[in-house]
Amino acid sequence: MLKLATHRVVEKEIQRKNDLVSVTDIIREIGETPLLTLTHITADLPASVSVLVKAEFLNPGGSVKARSAWRMMSEGLRSGALSHRKILIDATSGNTGIAYAMLGAALDLRIRLVMPANVSESRKKIMRAFGAELELTDPNELTDGAQRRVQEIVRRDPDRYFYPDQYNNPANWQAHFDTTGEEILTQTEGGITHFVSALGTTGTFTGVTRRLKLHRPDVLCIAVQPDMPLHGIEGIKHLETALVPGIFDISLVDEDMRVSTDEAVAMTRRLAVEEGLLVGTSSGANVVASLRVAERLHEGTVVTILCDDGTHYLSESPGSESSP
Amino acid sequence: MKTSQYTNTPIHIPAPLRSYTGGQSIINVNGGSVEEALNDLVHQFPALKQHLFNEEGTLRTFVNIYLNDDDIRYLRQTSTELSEDDELTIVPSIAGGCPAVSFG
Repeated sequence: MLKLATHRVVEKEIQRKNDLVSVTDIIREIGETPLLTLTHITADLPASVSVLVKAEFLNPGGSVKARSAWRMMSEGLRSGALSHRKILIDATSGNTGIAYAMLGAALDLRIRLVMPANVSESRKKIMRAFGAELELTDPNELTDGAQRRVQEIVRRDPDRYFYPDQYNNPANWQAHFDTTGEEILTQTEGGITHFVSALGTTGTFTGVTRRLKLHRPDVLCIAVQPDMPLHGIEGIKHLETALVPGIFDISLVDEDMRVSTDEAVAMTRRLAVEEGLLVGTSSGANVVASLRVAERLHEGTVVTILCDDGTHYLSESPGSESSP
Repeated sequence: MKTSQYTNTPIHIPAPLRSYTGGQSIINVNGGSVEEALNDLVHQFPALKQHLFNEEGTLRTFVNIYLNDDDIRYLRQTSTELSEDDELTIVPSIAGGCPAVSFG
């Protein structure tokens, strides 16, 4: 009910500024995802320790990014900065692009996405299927290069574009403060002891952590990064060698945990085979780190995020490993 | 035109690894094959080795090497020979894009 009531307030404000924009049912389905208990993967843990996963892959568009993309877009629509006369442009490595594209289709808005050329073909196809325009940048500059390209385009013609800038827009983490964090508190009845989240734009970690610590300052929040600058864990950043997002607040990190690509990939497979959860490698990294945390506890409730759906990861590539 | 051991080949280094090459984005290496070129690269910048190769000494699965526009996995892998005017590029397999997990 909370979801519907909140949506109605936002929708009214949007309509006041943009009477041509109408919010569709699919958008109302964002958020309020289930919190699932891992059972088989956690079989060795004492009964007093549980690992719960927020099933963000069930959001429209298949990822957690539906929340932040919608928050940034709805703020633009409410202020009038985004309208049918503007093109939404942003840099993305995939999931936010898919979320923007899906929302753009639902709202009849033009979406232009800038991404490194090595974003997988299946992701590019999904974004195009929703009608988004794509511009590809040098793969060796990663999303940092895509960000610089967007800034150049917007500088040249600022009135033409709405640039949410997911790496620096407080609406990104606020989406998680108001929704994901709030939902985790409700679903655990305030009993969460540890929160584990990988860092990409850092929006999920920052927003959820701020909300949890407001409720209980002793909840320990663990930030997960790849163990090496060049890695294969999609959507997450090695902050020492990347542009650090402006919304990141290092003072919120109680513990910095590193996960290797091999560990993340192996856990991603286990989640599919042992739990029936077909998710992406950043979810695998989150669960690896959560198990490490859980193994140290005698009692506790560890919560992490299953960031996205795993079907995007099934495209054949010569780099794919054979299964064990 | 095939040349000998002494082919001088530029290798493009992705942004995350440039802290190990003194900030340089292109390194010139010697070698008649991709393997020799990569060996020369890690000889010049030993800190790069653990980022490109696993403990068994093979290329990490998420590191792609392109010879001009072609992934060397579609050529003769690291035995692929180099010619004059060839360029090599180390491309991260994800943008994050595609670490293609096999569930099969």
